[in-house]
Amino acid sequence: MEILNITKDKIRELLEKGRRIDARTLYEFRDIVIEENVSSKAEGSARVRIGDTEVIAGTKLELVEPFADTPDEGILVVNAELHPLASEKFELGPPDVEAIKLARIVDRAIRESNFIDLKKLCIERGKLAWGIFLDIYAINDDGNLIDASAFAAVIALKNTKIPEVENGKVKFGVLSQKKLPLNEPPITITAYKIADSFILDPCSEEQEASTLKITVSITYGKEPAIHGLIKDGEEPIETEKLFEILEILIREGKKIHSKIK
Amino acid sequence: MSDKKEKRPDGREFDETRKIEAKVGVIKRADGSAYFAFGNSKAIAAVYGPRQLYPQHLQNPKKAILRCFYDMFSFSVAERKKPGPSRRSIEISDEIKRALYPVVLLENFPNTVIDVYVEIIEADASTRCAAINAASMALASAGVLMSELVTAVSVGKVGNAIVVDLSQEEEQYKIKKDGKEIKATTDIALAFLPRSKKISLLHLDGSIKLSELREAIELGKKICTKIEAIQRQVLKKLE
Repeated sequence: MEILNITKDKIRELLEKGRRIDARTLYEFRDIVIEENVSSKAEGSARVRIGDTEVIAGTKLELVEPFADTPDEGILVVNAELHPLASEKFELGPPDVEAIKLARIVDRAIRESNFIDLKKLCIERGKLAWGIFLDIYAINDDGNLIDASAFAAVIALKNTKIPEVENGKVKFGVLSQKKLPLNEPPITITAYKIADSFILDPCSEEQEASTLKITVSITYGKEPAIHGLIKDGEEPIETEKLFEILEILIREGKKIHSKIK
Repeated sequence: MSDKKEKRPDGREFDETRKIEAKVGVIKRADGSAYFAFGNSKAIAAVYGPRQLYPQHLQNPKKAILRCFYDMFSFSVAERKKPGPSRRSIEISDEIKRALYPVVLLENFPNTVIDVYVEIIEADASTRCAAINAASMALASAGVLMSELVTAVSVGKVGNAIVVDLSQEEEQYKIKKDGKEIKATTDIALAFLPRSKKISLLHLDGSIKLSELREAIELGKKICTKIEAIQRQVLKKLE
């Protein structure tokens, strides 16, 4: 179902009066529902619903050889699947550009914020380390898959347990009580521009009407720090507007941050 | 690089780019082409089009379709890069398209496609910025109607210093903290439209405060204006 131009016109018209099609305020998120451990076979997993948008993220751990350029670190591999079960817009096959961009945003948020202490996941320098394979599946796309995916990824990593090892081999299905070595979690949040307004957490109709988006990953230490920032969409942006939006994102992201406990 | 008075590893000032080399008409077969280098980060770009787009159902009767393809030569990096698109190159191709999209007057060429191909001959960080500068000049040299040129440069924070045009050495700069080596670089790719004064690409990796980000972007904008002058000078020779 492609959204009709008439719907886009309606969305723009309402926004001119500061209103949204589902009566939310501009920066208001839909309800966020978190469910942990959705697959007991996974080392960690989480389901996140934001309104009708739903994603499941899960981790699997393997013993691997560290990369040559980081011999004293574990490995993180993030993959995102925009599966056709989640939307008529998605197709089967290898990840397309949207899936790749989504995975790389989540990867960047985790990596650049040092959320996982990868150095602690090295067992023998240059020889053996833990590899974390984090896969994100879209279940239902009603807009804002980016924020939902990044959120689910952080929660799945938080409840991940390291498998037992025997004679240098992983005992699959037997988890220890040891959790991953983690630091301050990153929050990833996106602003969408429609006509002259910026909104957060769009539903799919709003997302399709948008011409510019700013995604930022933030940690809230003593002072907020930005770890990933991407401008996407066909429209360019003025510097002043960019910083105005970044300030809003940092403020609103803090509210989501409080949901991670 | 903790002290502001210090110079950079290669002796540059904080607001100094590496040697810029720019040329157009470097691929005769193409409708437009350009070469752009920041030191050892060398990009070559070719534009084919506007040309008929097949299969026909992909055509847009209202405007041209812009397609961008970025990749690196296998021997452009220390460890051989497997030829063919990677996740990174697919993401960068999309970013180059986003950077160029606002300036190309696509409505003038309905039903056609404009293909932009950029290859990296040698990589020493900031390759996507070199690629955007080359692509922008290649489009102009192909006679594609544009509202202005697109200019790009990397800016960032190395240690505590805000610098422009990071080299690979700077991109991998690490500091010792609690006996461990940690990455101490923030790298920002910025594409700026010097006439309309807008940002068409922003991609940040690292860790930076809002005030530092502002400082970095202001520096990048200043340098982009200088790069635009170089691009224009080179394009003028073409006429």
